[in-house]
Amino acid sequence: MKRGKPTGALALASLATLAFIYLPLLSLIVFSFNASKFNARWTGLSLRWYVQMLGNSDMRQATLNSVIVGAASSVFSTALAAMGAVALERFPWRRKPMWEAFFFLPVVIPELMMAVGFLLLFNVFPAEMGLAKLILGHTTLNLPIVWLIIRARLKKLDPRLEEAAMDLGATRAMAFYKITLPLLAPAVLGGALMAFAISLDDFFISFFVSDFQSVTLPVYIYSLLRFNLSPEVNALSTALFVASMLLVALAFLLQGKEAHV
Amino acid sequence: MTRLKARLSLPPLLWLAVFYALPLGLIILVSSAARGTYGGILWSLSFKSYLRFFDPLYLGVLARSIAVAALSTVLCVLLGFPISWWMARLGKRGQQIMVLLILIPFWTNVLVRLYAWMFLLGSSGPFNSLALRSGLLRAPLEVLYTWKAVLLGFVYGQLPFMILPLYASLEKIDKSLIEAARDLYASSWQVFRRVILPLSKPGLVAGSVLVFASIPCDFVTPDLMGGSKYALMGNLIQQQYLVVRDWPFGSALSLIQMLVIGAGLLLYLRQEQSA
Repeated sequence: MKRGKPTGALALASLATLAFIYLPLLSLIVFSFNASKFNARWTGLSLRWYVQMLGNSDMRQATLNSVIVGAASSVFSTALAAMGAVALERFPWRRKPMWEAFFFLPVVIPELMMAVGFLLLFNVFPAEMGLAKLILGHTTLNLPIVWLIIRARLKKLDPRLEEAAMDLGATRAMAFYKITLPLLAPAVLGGALMAFAISLDDFFISFFVSDFQSVTLPVYIYSLLRFNLSPEVNALSTALFVASMLLVALAFLLQGKEAHV
Repeated sequence: MTRLKARLSLPPLLWLAVFYALPLGLIILVSSAARGTYGGILWSLSFKSYLRFFDPLYLGVLARSIAVAALSTVLCVLLGFPISWWMARLGKRGQQIMVLLILIPFWTNVLVRLYAWMFLLGSSGPFNSLALRSGLLRAPLEVLYTWKAVLLGFVYGQLPFMILPLYASLEKIDKSLIEAARDLYASSWQVFRRVILPLSKPGLVAGSVLVFASIPCDFVTPDLMGGSKYALMGNLIQQQYLVVRDWPFGSALSLIQMLVIGAGLLLYLRQEQSA
């Protein structure tokens, strides 16, 4: 089949769209290394804003909160998602599509609704929990994505591997722990990283549920954007951008690897 | 065997019941309760919050949200179609790279994305200072904190959701169909109108649904790009919960919005199917 050569106008329009997508991000990143305090002029390369950012105790606290919430919600959601995926894939279920929809639905519900729901939950059943509220919220937010990732891997695994182990005298549990779990490991790890990335990225749930002591990085950036624009925000945004990219790239690499196992 | 199944499935199912179904159920319950004197909830059955919504002020916000969502969707189609079609005609490697390039802004935090524009377009930002110094502009372009900036923010944030499904369906088009049309002396416009557009419909529908449905739920974009001057449904809901602390009214608004989006999507999909 002959491939039509893209016309010049089409290529030009596409490149313009790419420029539209990347110009703001690139200018944000480039100017985070600007020595000047004023956005308008480029006066030379400097790490000044990154140094200032690191010295900012509010920012350090927000980062610490984000990392704690991200790590904890990643562990919880991965454990729950792995259990759910194995239970649904490896055992017979009546009305399986309904149960699958139940696991999947949090993806479809707008994040604002989840945020509002959690705000009500923690007010109807009040408890002094601080960061734990965020961990609970983010665990629910991550769960369906991790579930999808692990389930995709499980569907690809040959169930005969487990059967073979059981033929050789292993119990079902033993076959699961010795055969299935190690083969699932890349998906579990990839899912956990993805969960961390989603949690780090979340603004809506954090914004509705956090108080002044449990501010996460996006919530902190939001307060800066409303009241205090300075090149330090460029540095902070660039750092968050790089962190998200690294996490997502690593998660994809792990999932890509499993294809070769 | 069934014990193992129960042991594995019970924790996640319990979790989803308590930390997913319960919060969403509370929205429904609270929407029919009354507001306490100092915020909070008085448990009683009342539909005051729903009736309150039929104030022209709030109906106006809903109408505006729908209009903005529709306009953003159209802009996303116009902006997304050429690049999707171009991507679909690249080589395998080129396509992979382009999908990655489209996904990167999608994986960027919404606040970082919006700040990038606030920074670029600010009255003393790089765009204005460059345009002023080079003589391209006489006065700084004051687009930030206007309606146009809000639209720009939405289109920018939602563009990947339009491009990726569009590209996916355009990529599947058998190129020999286009050649056949050309052999029959179809003009470029006719090829587009009669072959490409109809075949891209699944992607167009999926992309439009994704873009349209997510806009009314966003309160950050109008807040930051519009400088808190242009409230949409998302802003109204956020204010009721976090500023006014009228949770029953906020919950009623949330449910109304969900119903409107759901009804809109159903209508759209129905029409697309019958068309």
